[in-house]
Amino acid sequence: MRDARGNIRRPIGARLWLSGGWLTLLALAAICAPLIAPKDPLMQDLFLGRMPPFWMEGAEPGYLLGTDSLGRDVLSRILYGARLALVVALVAGTLTCVAGATLGLVSGFYRGWPDRIISRFVDIWMAFPPVLFAILLIAVLGPGLLSIIIAIVIIDWTRFARVIRAEAMSQGAMDYVASAQVAGRTRFGTMLAEILPNVLPTIVALLTLEMGIAVIVEAILSFVNLSISTDSPTWGGMISEGRTSVHQAWWVLVFPLITLFLTVLSFSQLGEGLKDRFDPVLR
Amino acid sequence: MIYEIRDLHLSLPDMTRKPLLGATPRIEILKGLSFDVPKGAVLGIVGGSGSGKSTLGRAMLRLLEPTGGQIKFKGIDITHMNENQLRGMRQQFQMIFQDPMSSLNPRRRVGGIIAGPLRLHGVENLPAKVNEALDMVGLPTTFARRYPHELSGGQRQRVGIARAIALRPDFILADEIVSGLDVSSQAQVLNLLADLVRELGLSLAFISHDLSVIRRLCSRVLILHKGEIVEEGETTELFESPKAAYTKELLAAIPLPDPYQKWDV
Ligand SMILES: Nc1ncnc2c1ncn2[C@@H]1O[C@H](COP(=O)(O)OP(=O)(O)O)[C@@H](O)[C@H]1O
Ligand SMILES: [Mg+2]
Repeated sequence: MRDARGNIRRPIGARLWLSGGWLTLLALAAICAPLIAPKDPLMQDLFLGRMPPFWMEGAEPGYLLGTDSLGRDVLSRILYGARLALVVALVAGTLTCVAGATLGLVSGFYRGWPDRIISRFVDIWMAFPPVLFAILLIAVLGPGLLSIIIAIVIIDWTRFARVIRAEAMSQGAMDYVASAQVAGRTRFGTMLAEILPNVLPTIVALLTLEMGIAVIVEAILSFVNLSISTDSPTWGGMISEGRTSVHQAWWVLVFPLITLFLTVLSFSQLGEGLKDRFDPVLR
Repeated sequence: MIYEIRDLHLSLPDMTRKPLLGATPRIEILKGLSFDVPKGAVLGIVGGSGSGKSTLGRAMLRLLEPTGGQIKFKGIDITHMNENQLRGMRQQFQMIFQDPMSSLNPRRRVGGIIAGPLRLHGVENLPAKVNEALDMVGLPTTFARRYPHELSGGQRQRVGIARAIALRPDFILADEIVSGLDVSSQAQVLNLLADLVRELGLSLAFISHDLSVIRRLCSRVLILHKGEIVEEGETTELFESPKAAYTKELLAAIPLPDPYQKWDV
């Protein structure tokens, strides 16, 4: 007696392939940047300023995506920029997720006074305008990789806390939780063994979304020169510099912008795709 | 005696009347219930929607703490025991839930759902025990690898029964366990439950608003109305000569194809 419902394997899906593929490529580029980057990303050559990408007239051989106004290779700078973007995405995304999801889970599952304290805290926190908050924070901490990461965690943990709290609360009302109590499971054990697996797909979707957001925040902060020193290439810094010369050399702006866009899009699509994959009810 | 319940009171905060400031008023849901569940008895608990049946059941399993009175389980006062004290006893009283879709964790396979409580109580040789439990409720052991959503309603409720009996409890509470099923799976699940109760010598409290089901299954009946017991007695006796006005009303509402009313009048 077998029916087919349990055996249908859904294809991984184009969106998971494309987003996963792009991010894998990016991760490889970030790790191998010193090996694969055609030029030193910091090397300036004022005689080779604003060279167009390879298919255009006047392109300089070896500079595939052209050069910026200081003669630095755009492709190499994008590859090196991926390092900072991905480090920020992974570290800030994970820390934000762990902090926010833990608080949300406890608050939504235990209710009572832990919920009152955490929820009040979230409300007060969200009363601050986030970007102002970030700029203020970095002004105090001083620019740098660590400051960006701390800023992202401090601003965005509330997103996880709120969403996971609501989800944990609705899962907590399900009879399988009462059933765990009937079986003699502790509250804490129930939270980890019964509730957490049910909110995990949402956590994963939020996490990848947060990684995308972290990439944007890092870019914005570099854009306003609050990120790490302007020496090491960042996508935000490149966009900021490219903006000033967009009429003479559009490629300095457009290539990092496309990379940023694809990366953020991939993170959010990866989250949605994984959420569907994880769900045995949908699978 | 499995259960001795005396003057059981239970009130909960009434969220519908929560004021902006100050304490939430409490609403009394169980208003002084007294009854016994003898060993091996099948007790039917009947009452309209909102009469407090589920609340009574949850108090008996100590998912809720009574606000007054006393509950003794096998002679032990469990009325105000805390969760740590109860944990060691929980194996002895189990529950089957109304909605198996909600009471079976959607992310666990059937095998894990049945094995979970066994593992908590230190039972060894889990796979064999799981297979045995599946076997007892008439499901193929291959179902251990399935997820709840891959089963039909009747099969899901069998998993709920398997989870409860796998622990070999002395008492099981079944709260409206067939109300979500179609008529033919209702009959199958009820027959299965009746057989298991007899085979394992269980005591059972069976909550239902369906009197014809109660009559087939239960030796004793308890009629609940607005948090109070309006009548209690042997099933046949109570059905033949109901005393309380509310019971008569309930019996009159049973549809006619019914051996007792057909020839009477
Ligand atoms: N958590 C709660 N808070 C306040 N009132 C409740 C709560 N749960 C149930 N009630 C109320 O208690 C009464 C009895 O509910 P319940 O025991 O579920 O009845 P039944 O199972 O007989 O339908 C109902 O009037 C219901 O509205
Ligand atoms: Mg009920």
